[in-house]
Amino acid sequence: MNLAVSIGRLRLQNPVTVASGTFGYGVEYARLLDLNQLGAITVKGICLNPVRGNPPPRTVEVTSGLLNAIGLQGPGVDGFIRSYWPFLRQLKVPTIINIWGSTVEEYAEVARRFDALEGVGALELNVSCPNIKAGGAQFGTDCHLLSQVVTACRKATRLPLITKLSPNVVSIVPYAKAAEEAGSDALSITNSYPAMAIDIYTRRPKLANVTGGLTGPCLKPIALKLVWDAARAVKIPIIGMGGIHNAADAIEFLMAGATAVAVGTANFYEPQTALQVIAGLRQFMQEQGLTDVRQLIGSVRIDRSDTDV
Amino acid sequence: MLERDVEIVWNRRDTDSYYRLVVRAPDIAPLVQPGQFAHVRILALREALLRRPFSIFQVQGDTLGILYKVVGKGTEVLSRLGPGDRLNVIAPLGHGFSVPGADGPTPLLVAGGYGAAALYLLAERAGRRGIAFVGGRTQTDILCERELSALGWEVRVSTEDGSRGHRGLVTEPLVAELQRDAGQRKLFACGPMPMLKAVAQIAAQFGVAAEVSLDTTMCCGLGVCLTCVVPVRGADGWEYARACTEGPVFEARQVAWELLP
Repeated sequence: MNLAVSIGRLRLQNPVTVASGTFGYGVEYARLLDLNQLGAITVKGICLNPVRGNPPPRTVEVTSGLLNAIGLQGPGVDGFIRSYWPFLRQLKVPTIINIWGSTVEEYAEVARRFDALEGVGALELNVSCPNIKAGGAQFGTDCHLLSQVVTACRKATRLPLITKLSPNVVSIVPYAKAAEEAGSDALSITNSYPAMAIDIYTRRPKLANVTGGLTGPCLKPIALKLVWDAARAVKIPIIGMGGIHNAADAIEFLMAGATAVAVGTANFYEPQTALQVIAGLRQFMQEQGLTDVRQLIGSVRIDRSDTDV
Repeated sequence: MLERDVEIVWNRRDTDSYYRLVVRAPDIAPLVQPGQFAHVRILALREALLRRPFSIFQVQGDTLGILYKVVGKGTEVLSRLGPGDRLNVIAPLGHGFSVPGADGPTPLLVAGGYGAAALYLLAERAGRRGIAFVGGRTQTDILCERELSALGWEVRVSTEDGSRGHRGLVTEPLVAELQRDAGQRKLFACGPMPMLKAVAQIAAQFGVAAEVSLDTTMCCGLGVCLTCVVPVRGADGWEYARACTEGPVFEARQVAWELLP
């Protein structure tokens, strides 16, 4: 049975990775699960310099989901390479490094720094974080800026580039196409959805940042539809993510057109989720008599008369 | 740190809205250090997905106990579970208290409400006994008084409404004790944030060391999500540390209290 898929030049032994920001830098989970069973490890977003992040409260639980406004706290490129890269480097599975910047130049500089680092699997461009003032979603909700970021990073590195798109757009199609045309090798769909929660007794927002990004199972149907929209518009592979917490969720994303999937918020409450998804996927394929996971990709059946939806 | 499905041995009301719950967890129990916590997934919660962190209150043989107050939907559902029901637990987690040896300063424990839950194991394992200051709003908030006495600790109770012991804040008899003798004393505290802030101030004022266990909102419990951050003094003035990993126990002088609400 073949579970391997390719994201550009990056080959994954199975189509299951983890979503940036939900798996730290891998090492935090090393004692709870065998990291080498994953398709890839995607680390938390890194920009050039260390970032302190937003004040707490930074997350709040909502019905079937989680709101967060962490603010991309992180160690910066040097801190990441010093503290986390030696561990990631010795794993058998590839590392996808999620990067971001406050300017187009910073994105390119971070891409250049990781291009010089031996052993990186791919770079994922975060142009869709809703919780920071400069950078993030401003690049992901303007096709022109998005194109500039991807073009600049394309020039800065030969590593496979994955552009992580925002769900907060009228149609994802022009963004998916803009990223593809600018040289992105793949797309990650999607990031968190801008959202908020209010404490009715204090009349204050539940997050110090006032608003945050919604993730978790409640986001899944929205993310699935975005993947389906994008998959019909571009040729490059898509990593589907948004609320996956079991194998059936992951299979839906594959059927909608994703080549791989990422487990996100579920890592916070059930660290075994990604491994359970891999096992469940294998079992489903066996039951269905499938020999190659690629038989599932884009296999959703839509009647001709339904395609106008 | 291990993740295990565990079975509830018993789950009983203690006083008022406080409960005690014991699970069988034979390979986790021997690993627990005082002040560490268990991250508990209550599967019956369904739409509330996150785990709930609880100080590990007691360890006996192959069982772990927690002492909790019903404060929200998680603890409400937990309080209705009984023997044979299952939970998923990741434990032990976090950096706990340094356990006082037979020599060295006399430990003074300061517990506010269910803060007693984080201190009991320390009281049991400390190489020497000292004084336990236990406080709460009213007498039903006073937990573990008899158990701490039974371990050989001198227990001084305070309640804000005067229904038991000293009428006032738990920090008042603490200050009185330190005024009497602050030499060779060390404080260990767990309770509401204003109490911990006051304990840190008192420790600084009397020049004694203090370790405090901070109760913050937590999400992953593993150092990944960066929800539970606490401002601590660092290279650039201050930086965020994770209560789930660098804490929940911090040295009081390490915490940038002025940045906390």
